[in-house]
Amino acid sequence: MKKAAFINLAFLILLAAAAGWGGAHSGAFSDKIYDPGPLKPTDSKLRVAVGDKSPDFKLPALSGTTIALSQYQGERNVVLSFVPAAWTPVCSDQWPGYNIIEPVFREHEAILLGITVDNLPSLHAWTREMGRLWFPVLSDFWPHGAAAEKFGVLRSDGISERALFIIDKKGIIRYISVYNINKRPPLENLVKALEELD
Amino acid sequence: MNTVSRLAILMLLFFSPWASFAGDSNGPPKSGDVFPDISLPLPEAAEHRAYLGLPEDAGSFKTECIKTRILIIEIFSMYCPHCQREAPEVNTFYESIVNNEALRDRIKMIGIGAGNSEYEVEVYRTTYNVAFPLFPDPDYKIHKRLGEVRTPYFFGIAVNARGPDQVFYSELGGLDGAERFLEHIRESAKPFLED
Repeated sequence: MKKAAFINLAFLILLAAAAGWGGAHSGAFSDKIYDPGPLKPTDSKLRVAVGDKSPDFKLPALSGTTIALSQYQGERNVVLSFVPAAWTPVCSDQWPGYNIIEPVFREHEAILLGITVDNLPSLHAWTREMGRLWFPVLSDFWPHGAAAEKFGVLRSDGISERALFIIDKKGIIRYISVYNINKRPPLENLVKALEELD
Repeated sequence: MNTVSRLAILMLLFFSPWASFAGDSNGPPKSGDVFPDISLPLPEAAEHRAYLGLPEDAGSFKTECIKTRILIIEIFSMYCPHCQREAPEVNTFYESIVNNEALRDRIKMIGIGAGNSEYEVEVYRTTYNVAFPLFPDPDYKIHKRLGEVRTPYFFGIAVNARGPDQVFYSELGGLDGAERFLEHIRESAKPFLED
């Protein structure tokens, strides 16, 4: 019985390691990245579905302005990129990828809004390491994770999921991806979803 | 799942090459080390196959099959801001090799996109007009074999068609100028470049 329990435990440990993050982070962040180790892939329950009217939110942006999702209605498609936290491995390498495909967003009349639950000073320091970002970065710090919670992507430990939403010009949710928090969603998935808006 | 099945999977995971790297890097190969045996897909572009001197009918190839004395390998990522900033300088370095008659057949260059899909590698190639062959490594298989390095990372290896390739350069970070990097590579690779 004890042997069986040990084997079960070892099995679970190895499976947890298998599910874990295995990536290369950029040398641009030097040794500043905090690696929390493998996390539970997802830890929340969506409150919205494709086809729903998107909930609205208003959040402070790094630029000093306040941005409401509804301000883009009728004008631009919106991609929301929730990433779990600043200064963590996968997140630090996700937005720099989006940063070099601005023409793809423009082609599909879309704006990208990057959102984390970090406060503005942390976001300021973190995003400076990424170079100049063409898209607004929003802080969902206070009330803590309120925007993430509206979409159902706030995890039980207060960080958000690694989630992408596409909201069309009519304010309707057209795409949802709540990806394994330990991994980076392939770029082609997002681009394909943008192409399907046309 | 019964205990026997779990034990079997446990043994498989433990003894697989993947398990030996999971969460614990052995570090990158250093100067003087044998370069790990890695397999790359045959490039789709004919000019890249010709550049590397690869047969048309190969499905995949190993670094020892490349017709060169020296191979420079950049481990990059489309998502890496440092790689993005450095890309024009890396292109200059590559051009300085191909424009040098004495070097173009002796030093070749490839890039491997750590964690990058084919699509992501293509985005990087077209964004930065990269002329040398780039290969995807979507599930980090090669990246793990090379010690899970941060990006950009450069390896210089002496290619040996009759035995293992030998590392003579292994460094994290930028080139510190294309011209200076080329001089450094020429100096470090001198024993392998001479007739």
